[in-house]
Amino acid sequence: MSELLVVENLQKHFPVTRGLILQKEVGAVKAVDGVSFSVAAGETLGVVGESGCGKSTMARCVARLLEPTGGRIIFDGRDITHLDRTQMRAVRRDMMMVFQDPYASLNARKRVGSIVGEPLEVHGIGTEAERKRRVQELLKIVGLNPEHYNRFPHEFSGGQRQRIGIARALVVNPKLIICDEPVSALDVSVQAQILNLLKDLQRDFGLTYIFIAHDLNVVRHISERVMVMYLGKAVEVGTKHELYAEPKHPYTGALLSAVPIADPSLGRVRKQIVLGGDVPSPLNPPAACRFHPRCPRFVDGKCNVDEPLLTPAPGAVDHRFACHFPLERWPMSEEEIRRAPAFAGAD
Amino acid sequence: MALLEVKDLRTSFRTDDGVVKAVSGVDFALERGQTLGVVGESGSGKSVTFLTLMGLVDPRHAMVSGSVLFDGEEILGAKTSRLREIRGARIGMIFQDPMTSLNPVKRIGWQLEEAVLLHNDVTRSEARKRAVEILKQVEIPRADQRIDDYPHQFSGGMRQRVMIAMALINNPEILIADEPTTALDVTTQAQILRLMKRLQDEFQMAIVMITHDLGVVAELADDVLVMYGGRVVEQASVDDLFAKPEMPYTWGLLGSLPRLNLIAARLEQIPGQPPSLLHPPSGCAFHPRCEFVMDVCRQELPELRPALGDETHRFRCHLDDEARARIWDAKRAKLVTEDVAA
Repeated sequence: MSELLVVENLQKHFPVTRGLILQKEVGAVKAVDGVSFSVAAGETLGVVGESGCGKSTMARCVARLLEPTGGRIIFDGRDITHLDRTQMRAVRRDMMMVFQDPYASLNARKRVGSIVGEPLEVHGIGTEAERKRRVQELLKIVGLNPEHYNRFPHEFSGGQRQRIGIARALVVNPKLIICDEPVSALDVSVQAQILNLLKDLQRDFGLTYIFIAHDLNVVRHISERVMVMYLGKAVEVGTKHELYAEPKHPYTGALLSAVPIADPSLGRVRKQIVLGGDVPSPLNPPAACRFHPRCPRFVDGKCNVDEPLLTPAPGAVDHRFACHFPLERWPMSEEEIRRAPAFAGAD
Repeated sequence: MALLEVKDLRTSFRTDDGVVKAVSGVDFALERGQTLGVVGESGSGKSVTFLTLMGLVDPRHAMVSGSVLFDGEEILGAKTSRLREIRGARIGMIFQDPMTSLNPVKRIGWQLEEAVLLHNDVTRSEARKRAVEILKQVEIPRADQRIDDYPHQFSGGMRQRVMIAMALINNPEILIADEPTTALDVTTQAQILRLMKRLQDEFQMAIVMITHDLGVVAELADDVLVMYGGRVVEQASVDDLFAKPEMPYTWGLLGSLPRLNLIAARLEQIPGQPPSLLHPPSGCAFHPRCEFVMDVCRQELPELRPALGDETHRFRCHLDDEARARIWDAKRAKLVTEDVAA
């Protein structure tokens, strides 16, 4: 499979200024700080992390809705990092987004037909009659009634609005769709409908997805590969099977074990790692490994001094992690995790 | 006698478009020290049920009927002064969004002290001592200093701890938690759930956990109510509910859940949308979305009846015992084979 998207060392820093007139820069929020990954054509890359980990900022940089501070974005063999607006417009046809809140992301004053048809209009595709036919076709594909062409967004439920958002993304036949938390505002029964729809569309149209979510169950269901982010860094990336069956980074382990299991008998016997504290502020992130203040495996003099880089897991096909003291097996209890490393590498 | 006994509770709201029947006859009982999970999608009536029994729906717009016995005393329609004695003292509540539930311009210590002073004859300094103590209980580091902070100085998880502290400060017999972890990240959610379990053991209180997350219910609850369209459609112990759900909506909920321990190639989906409470469907409220719908479902509301051989497991469905057992066995077999295949 060829790589559709390659992201190298992507950085996005938001300046923090002080003073009203002479806005002196006093620091920077490093929302994304050196993230590299690639997405092959036809696959789904899931991106998980807690609030503030930079997953949405990363996505917006990739779509060039935000200007990246550094790094390179290569889409479909072309470096798009520094394209100007006009050049970018042509690329946008191939790269669309679906947003989280279907109530906020649709213009309330426009009819569904013109919302879904807008990308066609922007790119000057087809005559008006052709556009209308295409929009109605799309409404049908995403499971809406094509006769609802003239309705307003408020006449639809949350799940139906998300279908409208998906139709809008799909209307120009893009190669890549970036979904930013597309199901987190929906009820479970409706969430399943949308996840199934996204899978069907991928199969039928050969789409590539970047699927951002905080729900590990959802990401596991939809993705082939998964990247875990923490405070602007990728801490682990791998195929779904490797990452969920054998997480290496203690943060991934903690995330996996924190998810409530919808099965009382399994839930009672599983080993859970409960992290202390909260995600630190990205304004002043911890030195070296950013996870070290909360990590059950923290080794003083190593984790807070030496920044771990993404390294391949031994024997794995496609699994990398950034940790000095990776988990030896899975599942492990909190006790075992604390005890386990012989601190061999701590010298 | 149960600590809380709710009988035929009904709440409807007058709106410009007509009468919305938010809760249409809910019955349940809650014992001391027990955890009751209440699950349902938006509009199922799960939150309104508990707002109603606490007397927190606006009587100008809401029509309420039924009976709520708290420790043997009828509190539905009780005087506001009496309700105020109970709320915050004997029944504590936590809401979903801790930022909107705290006063942003008052220090959290002041807000906690207020809760003590309202219900106890103590001085402010005694109340402050109690506030520090409870903040330590909910594991807020440096509680004696943080008590003088404002809500915005706390993170989301810490704010939710403050809310829990406020609900527990008078040692209530019941804690009603409405989606307490929905706005939180998973690692924070795990902290809060563990904290609630610990506090329940220490304080011996009953917990009502209102949530849309079946995972949270499985972790915390002893018994579960599944609500749909303003009614309880299934009620069972947590093990029975997950091992042998008895009606199509619960089957659909369990099947539509992507789960870490099961890999289904395709999620089972419930077609359509939750019902409008303004124009509720006739008969069984679930019938427009039910794949096993029969003629009788469109006309008659099924009774909440006990499952075969288990009086405590109750559900609403017109399908007969044989059909339900057959359907669930097939569904479960499918889930298990997919698990093995993965």
